[in-house]
Amino acid sequence: MPPQANTRARSVGANTSAPPAVATRPVAKQRMETDPSSTVFKLEDLSVYYGSFRAVRNVSMSIPQRQITAFIGPSGCGKTTMLRCLNRMNDLVEIARVEGRVLYHGVDLYDERVNPVEVRRRIGMVFQKPNPFPKSIYDNITFGPKVAGVKGNLDEIVERSLRRAALWDEVKDRLKDSAMGLSGGQQQRLCIARALAVDPEVILMDEPCSALDPIATGRIEDLMEEIKTDYTIVIVTHNMQQAARVSDMCAFFTAEVNDHSDTRTGILVEVDRTETMFSNPQDERTESYVTGRFG
Amino acid sequence: MIGTSPATYAPEAVRKSLQGRQRDIKGFAFRAGLLAALLVTVALLAVLISDVVSGGWSVLSTRPIDFLTGSLSSSAATAGIGQGLRGTFFIAVFVVLVAFPVGVGAAIYLEEYAPHTRFTRLIDVNIRNLAGVPSVVYGILGFAIFVKALGAFTGPNANGRTVISAGLTLAILVLPIVIITSAEAVRAVPDSLREAGFGVGATRWEVIRSHVLPYAGPGILTGTVLALARALGEAAPLILVGATTGFLSGGDSYRLTSLQDKFTAMPMIIYNWAGRPQPGFKAATAAAIVILLAVVLMANATAILLRNRYEKRR
Amino acid sequence: MVQGSAEPPVFDAESLQGARGRFRKEAAIRRVFFAAAATSIVVSVLIILSLLGETWTFVTQVDYSSLWTDGWFPRRGMYDVKTILVGSILVTVVAMFVAGPLGMGAAAYLSEYAKPRVRRTLKPILEILAGIPSVVLGFFALTWISPEIVQRLNSESSLFNLMAAGIGVGILTTPLVASIAEDAMRSVPHALREASYGMGARKVTTSTKVVIPAAVSGLVAAFIIGISRAIGETMVVAIAAGATGGSLFSLNLFEPGQTMTAAMASMAAGTDAVKGAGLTFQSLFFVGLLLFLITLLLNVSADRFVRRVRQKY
Repeated sequence: MPPQANTRARSVGANTSAPPAVATRPVAKQRMETDPSSTVFKLEDLSVYYGSFRAVRNVSMSIPQRQITAFIGPSGCGKTTMLRCLNRMNDLVEIARVEGRVLYHGVDLYDERVNPVEVRRRIGMVFQKPNPFPKSIYDNITFGPKVAGVKGNLDEIVERSLRRAALWDEVKDRLKDSAMGLSGGQQQRLCIARALAVDPEVILMDEPCSALDPIATGRIEDLMEEIKTDYTIVIVTHNMQQAARVSDMCAFFTAEVNDHSDTRTGILVEVDRTETMFSNPQDERTESYVTGRFG
Repeated sequence: MIGTSPATYAPEAVRKSLQGRQRDIKGFAFRAGLLAALLVTVALLAVLISDVVSGGWSVLSTRPIDFLTGSLSSSAATAGIGQGLRGTFFIAVFVVLVAFPVGVGAAIYLEEYAPHTRFTRLIDVNIRNLAGVPSVVYGILGFAIFVKALGAFTGPNANGRTVISAGLTLAILVLPIVIITSAEAVRAVPDSLREAGFGVGATRWEVIRSHVLPYAGPGILTGTVLALARALGEAAPLILVGATTGFLSGGDSYRLTSLQDKFTAMPMIIYNWAGRPQPGFKAATAAAIVILLAVVLMANATAILLRNRYEKRR
Repeated sequence: MVQGSAEPPVFDAESLQGARGRFRKEAAIRRVFFAAAATSIVVSVLIILSLLGETWTFVTQVDYSSLWTDGWFPRRGMYDVKTILVGSILVTVVAMFVAGPLGMGAAAYLSEYAKPRVRRTLKPILEILAGIPSVVLGFFALTWISPEIVQRLNSESSLFNLMAAGIGVGILTTPLVASIAEDAMRSVPHALREASYGMGARKVTTSTKVVIPAAVSGLVAAFIIGISRAIGETMVVAIAAGATGGSLFSLNLFEPGQTMTAAMASMAAGTDAVKGAGLTFQSLFFVGLLLFLITLLLNVSADRFVRRVRQKY
């Protein structure tokens, strides 16, 4: 297959200087060797089981700091499952089990000494459908800091979080109003502000725009670009064009049908810088997906 | 809060900060408190049942048949609940014969035919209120209507204080329960089923009869059994309607004509015996309770099992 | 044109009407069902009518001084309403002190903490408790609660006392409160819990600061319905609180007492007629109307809260 022309999808931030290196893993191909001191997560041979069903298998990759990494691929191949491993939200499901390691700055997140509650204060999450609490806008934002033990005047935290989430101007005069009265797009930005209020290092986003209209989606994408200078973002998205627009790194997943049962297990096919993945993918499955031939 | 300088990301420092507060005392105490509430409730049930069974054991083990068939008497050694069982039986018949058709019929109207008008909402609110009216008020209703006003029909020889009056009163008492549970069962029938029936040109009644009722059947049955169990345990209406508490000369036969005589029923017997100071009656009361509980709890358990199996199938 | 006995099909309004008989039957059936639904209104009207008639007699004929006497002795013409009203309130307060914590606690555990298998065994047990007739609980209150609990608390307590009756009514009401409260908590969407966990909150924080506030309307409804049930309960008090003919006004929980409901029962119990001087018979209806109005008020307000829960989700 002739290599595709090297079209630049968009210009990237500062870290394009590292040379490509060929990884030799049979399943995932991460061409880009990231500088270890700027790696936030390192997944080593990670598999997730729900009971006896293996939802995702043998995922190994690195997620760099202060960039937007996107998990892409068709539905049902374990992208959300993978995302939820990064902040141990899978713990909430009784039958979920993890094999392999998730290293967060070198520390195994699933080490028995690690407290998942602490993990989630550093690795925040924004969900697919906006889920504000049925409280005031102000109380929604202050919930996280209060839980983390912050006392005293929280007004500053509220303003700061709402400004970062590009929502301040729209709600600054009605902070005491119920959050349920906001529009869908505003609610999702509120959820982002809520996640920012605890000052996490990482923000995980599970298809944050899928329940929103195109204009609201555009605003959130702009938001992601702005905050990535301070936060590491990992986003699961169905929307290929969104991944191409917004992310710096992409991880492409697909599902394999298992031999003896009718189930499908997710696998990681390829990990690379976004422009490379979209213009010159290594695996033909990746190429089929990004050119829209399937998925 | 995390700083952004690389120095804080050394693995040891990160691991230490992730370990956090492992001992969650408040959480443990909260969970323990909630569990205690649940366990105390269950324990009370256990104590009640064991207390009653052990209390009535002396009667049930020594003279079971005599107890089940015997008549009321002022002597604890010979007192039996036979007449009470008969009364309870007839009450059950009345409840089923009256509350079931009227209740299911009302539910069908509300869910299938009724237009969305204020009048329909009034009926709806009214039924929910009736469900919360104390049983003793239903007793007054029964007394005023069936005993006093309709005394000539319900029991000319007994001043209207008959099983008929009691049965009708209790049927009215549980009517709201039957309506509410049946309406829920009918509401659960998917619209697609109805549309399939209408699509081939059936009338509304034909759709109800051949599609809705069979599908909602188990739910309706469950509701009726629960209502029946409730009716059989009620005593306050029986007092108001005039169930005999002392000696009952008749009340043995199961013939239809005897419906117009004086009567008694299980809850009434228990109420009356519970207040008697003679020592033997404590055991007799406990024994009577065991029988009543057996009937009521079995009915409840059947209804719950029915509901669980029916829910699983969906 | 087809040759034969059939004429070409006509498409006009008349031919699309269908067989008359079939639809007349349909209309009749609908009327039958309407009649069934309308009986509920008839019942309510009858309740109010039967109460109003004799109450009117009572209110117009009663000597108003007899409404404020030392106690409630209807057969002697003393109709001190506050005695039985206070009795009802005392029993209800004790009952809610039992049913409130036990019911809400059990509901919170089943909804937030219990594993599915635990829930499947324990919830039916609660439902069984709900089916226990009140006479049984009255007997239990007299023979076990009073000696084992009340008389241990206060050795001077008489065997028949309001406290034991209150505890018995509380046990009776607990499953009702638990069932409504549990429904309210389970109907809080899981997404809210996830949002809370996602920010690093512990389970106790999520339960107390997110789930319970979100379910609060349903919890209030559960409490109010519990109160309504407790006030309307007759047999436990009739058996365990001892007062038969009447009772003196008293705030002492450790003595026999009378509630509105038990007063009605004791007036009617006994032999063939509601005997007594003057307006005894009518006073039965008077108390009945009072009770009906109080529970009506409670049920309507509880209904408002339940509707608020449904609106939110």
